This record gives sequence, structure tokens and C-alpha cells, in this order.
Amino acid sequence: MKRFLLPLAAFAVLVVFLAIGLTHDPREVPSPLIGKPAPAFTLPQLHDASKKFSVADMKGQVWLLNVWASWCVSCREEHPLLVEFAKTHAVPVIGLDYKDQVADAKQWLEKLGNPYTQIAVDSDGRVGIDYGVYGVPETYVIDKQGIIRMKHTGPITPASLAQKILPLVKDLSQ
Amino acid sequence: MKRWLVCLFIVLAARMAFAAEAPLLAADETVEKRLVAISEELRCLVCQNESLAGSRADLANDLRREIRKMIAEGKTDQEILDFMVARYGDFVLYRPPVKPTTWLLWGGPFLLMGGGLITLIWLLRRRRQLVATSGLSDEQRTLAASLLDKTDQ
Repeated sequence: MKRFLLPLAAFAVLVVFLAIGLTHDPREVPSPLIGKPAPAFTLPQLHDASKKFSVADMKGQVWLLNVWASWCVSCREEHPLLVEFAKTHAVPVIGLDYKDQVADAKQWLEKLGNPYTQIAVDSDGRVGIDYGVYGVPETYVIDKQGIIRMKHTGPITPASLAQKILPLVKDLSQ
Repeated sequence: MKRWLVCLFIVLAARMAFAAEAPLLAADETVEKRLVAISEELRCLVCQNESLAGSRADLANDLRREIRKMIAEGKTDQEILDFMVARYGDFVLYRPPVKPTTWLLWGGPFLLMGGGLITLIWLLRRRRQLVATSGLSDEQRTLAASLLDKTDQ
């Protein structure tokens, strides 16, 4: 009996480690940008290309940067939640239309609703690279000093909004 | 002979088909060589088990374009790697730097090997002791000797 005890204990330890491993999402790569200033950019706006959106414009406000595209299936999934969230006027939500066609993006918003305060067009994805975007949708929480405080990769869920994003936004807004 | 020629033709045609699919090379071959060398050190974030050099993901394409641009601007390899790490973290490096957060990653295999070696040595020693202590008694020895004598006759 005793001779089985050690392998059994080793097996139990292995199971615990593997179980912890299963709860991690391998797609969720920690961003090195947390705690760093949001990379500056100035891009044309979706609905009026002659107007520009610039990160500097948002100084003094807590805001969300939501990277999306009309070709992105998961964006469609999170969109209703964003539309609902925008109705609360909690914080401005800026859209970054990532590697998209302007006409497609406009049509998409007409059909599904537009939750964004402003939308910047990143047609070649260059700004996306500066933000370390690797899987749209991605959402950044940026504070009054323009520092990135959080990044959420993948569609926002009601749980992640209520438990992670909203408490942080509330904290930062004070 | 004719069959062999057909085979050869098929092989060559297949090779050409692959060649046509390969991404366009930049005009400068040395730039391309550096690009491949650098991007083989980097992980594609979309398909995480592929290198940036081998990935066909759209993002990998964009990142290769950026690297190509940086090479043209005269950036060093280290500067290019730093550019990637600043945006995507140590995760993009196939050989992440040794620092407190990666100690377990680098040391883990050696720890496991050390543990295995210690267990092996312990088991071998115990076995040797078992063999030493569980020798035959005098009675068994005489019995064995008599049995052997019998077979010799």
C-alpha cells in the first residue's frame, strides 16, 4: 500500500497543475502596455474623413478604446452590449476601426447601432500594431492622464464589464 | 522511362505551384534574409505555435512589413526585437529573457531533471541495499549446492 503513496501524491500534484493550466486562456497574452501612456495617434474619423481624432483630445477624461472591424465576427457578438453600455453615458467609448473598409464599417453601424462617441479609422492597421492588437475586438481602459490601465482581449461579456471594466472606470473617474 | 519522365514532370510542376504561392520577395535579398532571421525568433500572436516567419495570418503579414520597413530604416536587430516586445510583451520572443518572472520557465526543466536524478539515485541505492541484505542463508546455500551437484552427475 505504502509503495503507491508517493506516485499517487505526484499524480495528484500533476493533476492540480494541469487543472490550473486549463483555467488559463492561452489566447490572453498580458499586455506590456498596462501602466504605460497610450500610444499617440491622429487618424481620420469614420463619418467625416476631414475631421481627425487624436489621443491627445481625450486628456482629462477616462475613456475606453474599442478596437473593432466590420469583418470581425466576435465584434458582432459584443456589439449589443457596447450599445447598451453607451446608453448609460458612463464614459466615452472611442472606436478604432481596424483594417476595415469605410463603406462596410458605416453600413455595419447603421444596421447594428453606433455606440461610439467617435470612431478613428486605422485602415492599414499601423495604430493597431502600436497598441499590440492581435485579435479584435480588444478594449483598452485609459485614464485621465492618458495611461492604459487595462486591456481586455476578445469580446466584452456582461461579466467582464460588470466585474472588471466598470469598477476600474469608477475608480479612475474619481 | 516514359513513366519516369511523367513523374519528374509532376514533381517539378508541384514545386512550381508552391513557388507561385510564396509571398513576394523584396527586391533586396539581404533585407529578406535578415527579415527571415528576425521573424524566426518571433512568435505569431494569431497562431501561437507558428513563428512570424512561417505564419500566413494577416497580422503576421503586417508585422513582417513593419520589420522590413525598420530594416530599410537601418534599425539593428535588437531595436526591432525591442519594438515587438514593447507592443506584445516577452511572449513574442521564442527565447524570452531570464528575469524573475521567467526563472521558473528557464529553471523548471533543470529542476525536473534534478528531481528525477535524485529519485533515480535513491532507488538504485535502495535496491543495492536490498540485494546486499537479502543474501542466501547458510541453509539455502547448502541446499543449492546439493542441487547443483545432482545436476552435474
